[in-house]
Amino acid sequence: MCSLQTILDNIDLQVLTKPLDYSQIEITSGYTSDLLSCVMTGAQADGIWVTLIANINIVAVASLLEIPAIIITENAQPDVATIARANQEGIVLLSTPVGSYQIVGRLWELGIKDTDPNQ
Amino acid sequence: MSDQPTVSDNRAGVITRVEELGYELKIGQVMTTKVVTFSPETTILEALDVIKQYRISGAPVTVEGELVGIISTEDLIRALRDGRIDRSVSTYMTKDLITVKAIDKVVEALKVFQKTKVGRLPVVNENNKLVGLLTKGDITNGLLTALQRDYQAEEIIRYRASHLFEDIESDRTSLILRYRIIKDDFVNGGAASNNIKRALLRLGANRQIARKCGIAVYEAEMNLIIHTNNGGFLRVEIEPHKITMEAYDDGPGIDDIEKALTPGYSTATEEIRDKGFGAGMGLVNIRSCVDEMTMKSSRESGTNLYMTMYLDKTES
Repeated sequence: MCSLQTILDNIDLQVLTKPLDYSQIEITSGYTSDLLSCVMTGAQADGIWVTLIANINIVAVASLLEIPAIIITENAQPDVATIARANQEGIVLLSTPVGSYQIVGRLWELGIKDTDPNQ
Repeated sequence: MSDQPTVSDNRAGVITRVEELGYELKIGQVMTTKVVTFSPETTILEALDVIKQYRISGAPVTVEGELVGIISTEDLIRALRDGRIDRSVSTYMTKDLITVKAIDKVVEALKVFQKTKVGRLPVVNENNKLVGLLTKGDITNGLLTALQRDYQAEEIIRYRASHLFEDIESDRTSLILRYRIIKDDFVNGGAASNNIKRALLRLGANRQIARKCGIAVYEAEMNLIIHTNNGGFLRVEIEPHKITMEAYDDGPGIDDIEKALTPGYSTATEEIRDKGFGAGMGLVNIRSCVDEMTMKSSRESGTNLYMTMYLDKTES
């Protein structure tokens, strides 16, 4: 578990959404998948989601699951409408040229290891 | 007073709303309107008495309502040091004035505070007449009051909604929500599910129940968007002990329901899969989220999906 600020301090990520107080956003778990239904089943509230999907549907899924931040990998670019919707929902969109595998590794090193607190 | 925190504090949960409020609230709504003012002829001695009496750290100087200067404690100290307490405030006041307009948004004043380091800003109307005084403390108070109003509004909605079933007497009371879902409307995909989840929370459902219903309805909503001929409808009936969610469309129908319920089976096209859908897990997810799921489908009448969640087993 660590704050989103710690993640931003340690991993080179570009913030696409409007600035928030990232030190107050606690990330308690992580999940990666590019299939929305799998995310629906596997991702926990307050977790970070790593994906290369960049379309507007990721915001709806994150909003429903109360996922505060999404890391979009391999330079996939969300469009303006997606970023606007994320701003509206208070969801942080982050971008990186690096692949999901590497990003998950970095998050793991930062201590984000729990995927399901109930397990 | 001027040392009170600005909005860039650590109120994380509300920070976005605070930022929004900065753009919504006008300076005129948060400023202090009861302002002690001096005329230019007021003597330093008189000014000192008034400042002590009202426990303020400075005051605007006006002529017939028009702002001509501002006198601060520092200016008065300067006069005292010079031993000139018999002189008028006009000699020592600051004439180089930074003002803000009452009709401007609070965020504009915040910018000025950040840039200039002044403790208080005179607020003027369109005719440059003084209408109030603004400190960072006023802004903080104004924002907190507005947030409180927001919070109370949501609390009232929640309270009213959660008592809906108790307040109305009938043999069987239920609330029905209906949403039209448009074919291929990926941009609004999930909007209905989010609204349903919010409604359930307002009605007093616990977070886990609301989340599970949200996920189930989301999958049903996306199925209507992706797989139907003409979109369809979501209908949610909320009763005190049960939530019934229904998705229906007019085609094309599912040939083999058993197969459709197999994890990983999907008829989604490559294009749909690129969007992140078509995992073949939608119906599987629904079944694991709700207590009961039944599906009827035919080529003639389309597909009806029923999902039921019982509330008895959990408190709420």
